[in-house]
Amino acid sequence: MIQFAQVSKRYESGHEALRNVSFFLEKREMAFLIGRSGAGKSTLLKLIIRVENVTQGQLIVNERNVTRMKDRHIPRLRREIGVVFQNHRLLHDRTVFDNVALPLVVSGVGHREIGRRVRAALDKVDLLSKERLYPIMLSGGEQQRVGIARAVVNRPPVLLADEPTGNLDPLLSDEIMDIFHQFNQFGVTVLVATHEYRHIDRLRKRVLELDNGRLVRGASEEHG
Amino acid sequence: MTEYLLRHVQVLLASVGQLARAPGSTLMTVCVIGITLALPAMLYLLVDNAKSVIRNWQGRPQVSVFLKQNVAEQDVLSLQQELARRPETESIELITSDEALEEFKTRSGFGQALDILSENPLPASIVIHISDDAGDPAVIEALVRDIETRPEVDLAQWDLAWVKRLHVILKLVQRAVIVLAALLGLAVIIIVSNTSRLAILNRRDEIETMKLIGATDGFIRRPFLYGGVIQGVLGAVCAIIIVSVCLSLLDGPIAELMALYHGGFAMSGINPRTISMLLVAGGVLGWLAARTAVGRHLRRIEPQ
Repeated sequence: MIQFAQVSKRYESGHEALRNVSFFLEKREMAFLIGRSGAGKSTLLKLIIRVENVTQGQLIVNERNVTRMKDRHIPRLRREIGVVFQNHRLLHDRTVFDNVALPLVVSGVGHREIGRRVRAALDKVDLLSKERLYPIMLSGGEQQRVGIARAVVNRPPVLLADEPTGNLDPLLSDEIMDIFHQFNQFGVTVLVATHEYRHIDRLRKRVLELDNGRLVRGASEEHG
Repeated sequence: MTEYLLRHVQVLLASVGQLARAPGSTLMTVCVIGITLALPAMLYLLVDNAKSVIRNWQGRPQVSVFLKQNVAEQDVLSLQQELARRPETESIELITSDEALEEFKTRSGFGQALDILSENPLPASIVIHISDDAGDPAVIEALVRDIETRPEVDLAQWDLAWVKRLHVILKLVQRAVIVLAALLGLAVIIIVSNTSRLAILNRRDEIETMKLIGATDGFIRRPFLYGGVIQGVLGAVCAIIIVSVCLSLLDGPIAELMALYHGGFAMSGINPRTISMLLVAGGVLGWLAARTAVGRHLRRIEPQ
């Protein structure tokens, strides 16, 4: 599903964020991406959705060669990957419903189907009763759940999350992580960047550990 | 198809909402566009009215063709018929040498003095009244040159040279209106372009998020294009109001002026053709401006 082959990323400033990273994430697999700040976690996720391009090596996502992908094909790639951000990235002038509907509108899904799928996604994150509210009226945990609903509403085969529980208290944090776990059980490939080790201990999933741009753990499919 | 149209209607309504959320700046932009479009529209209408004045003027252009002495009557009639058939001719009038002499006697006051002449020195002449369609000085000039090549003709002369000068002046003003319209059109593009640029910068985060969830540039561009067109069309409506008010203010004084010259001229106001032209121009310029600004700035915004 996601294959990194000797991938390196060097920014224009000369900073080498990733060095010869290789791993393969299977379909329906869930993994945690850990490492200290600046280890290269966010860069790795950005490469998957082609916010950045690799400097060296090859990256395959959902059977597409992202490395050689033309700019005009990037939107399609991104529609197949749900992304949850630490700062939610919600549009504050739109309701919860409209925020979650956005990926479907972008994909050209029909009006009725949008209503059906948005409500199903909101139901999964237990926010159906708040569809008409604006993000500013919600708590941090609720906003993050709206972000998750938006990431999964288009039924993407891959779900990425960049520090999704960074701003939440432990209870809410566990709640959010459980939602990711549930989606994984429904068949979605999930990769979560985090520095909260207790989730790893609790959910016992594969761990990919980055240290100074190098993958020091999890290159092979060892779990736990 | 219905879904596609529905989506466009939604984007259109969202664009209206975006503009309505900043009423002050939207109103200012619309007013500036309105004034900018009103200037060339006013000049265009004034030139149009001036043309109408010339067309309705009593002194319609005419060509006087003086024939040589001793041209046979048959040849004169033949020439008269030939000239009457020409497309430039509205009507034709033959003045024989005797008629010319009589008229000269009556008007000049030298009647008795002319009686002592043994023969009539005045030639026969043909007066061609030019049709409205051939009012262009260049057409009349060509006609005059053509007539002068005829062996029966001594001299052909075009009266009302002032018409020629007026036509030239009007052409000059018309050209000036086109240049002014082009410059002010450019100004509209710059105004809307700047508004669109600010709108893009204000919604930078939203654009980044849209790109992250897979929106194409075309999808992101759409509301800005609608915004540009809406501002352009509203600006055109503003221009129509300005022009109508200005023309109604000018109507009275112009009617007084024309009355002094015994002219029954009534100024024509802004007509459906001009209204359509303004609305289309406003919409197209708004679209063009938004397209230019959005195309340039959208490429620079990439998710971080």
